Amino acid sequence: MVDVPYDARADAPPAEVPEVELYHPRSWWTQYVFSQDAKVIAIQYSLTASAIGLVALVLSWLMRLQLGFPGTFSFIDASQYLQFITMHGMIMVIYLLTALFLGGFGNYLIPLMVGARDMVFPYVNMLSYWIYLLAVLVLASTFFVPGGPTGAGWTLYPPQAVLSGTPGQDWGIVLMLVSLILFIIGFTMGGLNYVVTVLQARTRGMTLMRMPLTVWGIFTATVMALLAFPALFVASVMMLFDRLLGTSFFMPALVEMGQQMKYGGGSPILFQHLFWFFGHPEVYIVALPAFGIVSDLISTHARKNIFGYRMMVWAIVGIGALSFVVWAHHMYVSGMHPKFGFFFATTTLIIAIPTAIKVYNWVLTLWRGDIHLTVPMLFALGFIITFVNGGLTGLFLGNVVVDVPLSDTMFVVAHFHMVMGVAPIMVVLGAIYHWYPKVTGRMLDDWMGKFHFWVTFLGAYLIFFPMHYIGLLGVPRRYHDIGDTSFIPSSTHTLNAFITVMALIVGFAQMVFLFNLVWSLFRGRPSGGNPWRATTLEWQTPETPPGHGNWGKELPVVYRWAYDYSVPGAAQDFIPQNQPRTTPAVQGAAP
Amino acid sequence: MAETLLTNPGESPARAAGLRGIADDWSSDQRAFKNVSWGKAMMWIFLLSDTFIFSCFLLSYMTARMSTTVPWPNPSEVFALEIAGHHIPLILIAIMTFVLISSSGTMAMAVNFGYRRDRVKTAVLMLVTAALGATFVGMQAFEWTKLIMEGVRPWENPWGAAQFGSSFFMITGFHGTHVTFGVIFLVAIARKVWRGDFDVERRGFFTSRKGHYEIVEIMGLYWHFVDLVWVFIFAFFYLW
Repeated sequence: MVDVPYDARADAPPAEVPEVELYHPRSWWTQYVFSQDAKVIAIQYSLTASAIGLVALVLSWLMRLQLGFPGTFSFIDASQYLQFITMHGMIMVIYLLTALFLGGFGNYLIPLMVGARDMVFPYVNMLSYWIYLLAVLVLASTFFVPGGPTGAGWTLYPPQAVLSGTPGQDWGIVLMLVSLILFIIGFTMGGLNYVVTVLQARTRGMTLMRMPLTVWGIFTATVMALLAFPALFVASVMMLFDRLLGTSFFMPALVEMGQQMKYGGGSPILFQHLFWFFGHPEVYIVALPAFGIVSDLISTHARKNIFGYRMMVWAIVGIGALSFVVWAHHMYVSGMHPKFGFFFATTTLIIAIPTAIKVYNWVLTLWRGDIHLTVPMLFALGFIITFVNGGLTGLFLGNVVVDVPLSDTMFVVAHFHMVMGVAPIMVVLGAIYHWYPKVTGRMLDDWMGKFHFWVTFLGAYLIFFPMHYIGLLGVPRRYHDIGDTSFIPSSTHTLNAFITVMALIVGFAQMVFLFNLVWSLFRGRPSGGNPWRATTLEWQTPETPPGHGNWGKELPVVYRWAYDYSVPGAAQDFIPQNQPRTTPAVQGAAP
Repeated sequence: MAETLLTNPGESPARAAGLRGIADDWSSDQRAFKNVSWGKAMMWIFLLSDTFIFSCFLLSYMTARMSTTVPWPNPSEVFALEIAGHHIPLILIAIMTFVLISSSGTMAMAVNFGYRRDRVKTAVLMLVTAALGATFVGMQAFEWTKLIMEGVRPWENPWGAAQFGSSFFMITGFHGTHVTFGVIFLVAIARKVWRGDFDVERRGFFTSRKGHYEIVEIMGLYWHFVDLVWVFIFAFFYLW
């Protein structure tokens, strides 16, 4: 080698933007309550989402109690059962998973991972949380209004959502729609921040193709959410008018209780199109952050660079784009033209290609890796298996001819709980075990974590595997009581009782997790700044938990991609992203 | 030092043009859109999201209009006015459109003077824009009143499909709300320009960030967008 004097810092281009001034809190209120710091906002988002998520968890127990032991629990009647279904679905999909992944993980991780001091507009970011909180409160208030929450199902299909036969017709549906509109407004404020922060506020040296996949997942999901939520917004506004003003956007001519209603000429199918134009991307709004986070968990805990980083990025972007042209596969039985069904089945199955690329790459990352079976890794492995399982039944349901008989059975319930319920929750839990040390400075207890994982993982299978079978037998979903129906064998009742017991056990295992969260806050082992010996920027902060402004005096400069694990010839088995290259010749496998 | 960095190998002094340049920008660090501030980027992305909202509204309206089994009221007749004994179709809408498009002109001039840091002209032109916007909303209120007097309601109207009134009030109402918000922000920003906040980089009350004249341009982006949306509403609702 020629002895060239080498200036490592010159590897990164000069700073393009002057340092931004942050809002500095002046009191306890502006530091912890009306905080403009993305990290505090992230914790606020996460706690609120978890709190309302617990309500949804309890609702699922109540539903399972009714299904497992029909007639035993007299306090659950048919109307309440429908209300529980609706609230459980809506809370879990929107107010828990979307808010947790984007508002929670997005706020915490984006600025830290791209090397920014905060989101670009902290004030707007703060408003985003408070409007979200308002949306959650409006939603929760429906439990206490006359008539209770709406029982229209989480899809809120008209005309039944607006008619008096559906529980919660007085207040429930109105407040549900108001809450959704508020959620979308709040989310938009946060979402704009996440997107602009990723695009325009990265630190020196942080190119898009050096970003951790977590950021890619959250970023793509946020862009999708900004384009998909408008459809739900419009649908909610129009249905609100149908309910309150008596317009007929979605309401056809109807006879109710022998009376011709004043509605007429509207199209319920239009609602379904609008809803699913939002609803299908929503699946991936939840899934893409999970894909991204799980890639980082696997790479870190297998001490190996992610296999096919570029492919992973393009797969995320490709899935995001494709998910906008598949929505009508939720509507095969709505009476649409068969040729449409053919088109949407084709696009749906095409999504399997980028998704399969991701699964293969995760597995290839694990292959011959130095796998540490830490709790985050266990959850990541659990995710891969659950996701593959749920994805395979997706192939069944994506085909028109297979979907039609399975439509509205428990098979569908089992499918989407596997693929967008259990799988993302696995990632959420794994991610909490992974980043809790950064947030609090203490490790979560390992033993409780492993117990939590095994009960959750095995329990989820024991719940949802039998449910597929019940669905194949033809048990319909959303039925309060299937009774003694001739085509349903009596063994179904035994299976239902079994599922219920398992659901209760898995539910209670989450209490162990909650206990662990609180216990470790005080008694957990101090973690130090980088307990997992990870490469990404959030582990390289001068303080743990990161202070206001994240980085102390100087922003980090990035010299390499996020996956320099086990680089041959390196002193350690990981090289942080902000570690300069010593000489131009020795380089990681960085792109 | 900046001088040595400029001659860094692999970094070309001038950015390439066309697709090559876009690829370079997106593969670079820090910013994907070079020379675009955070605020401007955020407004553009917000407008993209808002485009989807208006598109969904308009598509829903078109669905209703195309699938209705009862006749759709003739917009030329509904929106006609008797002026000095003459029956002129769409005259009010024509004036409203003219007013709104003129306001886009004054807005563009305000942006221009903003970058020249001409405090007074910028503020005055923004106020003129706000006044034209308020005129637009006022004429819309007149139009709503007239239709309501004639018996048009969101749930029914004397001439045919009920969805006519529903779509009309919803879409023009949502657009009018956008214009109203625009007028409020125009006045607020004009006040700051007039007071010289952007010359002294006075900090915002809520955000404690320094203010810059660029906010005039960002405001302009929003205003032109609202104007453009109106063109589509005009074409699809009134001219169809």
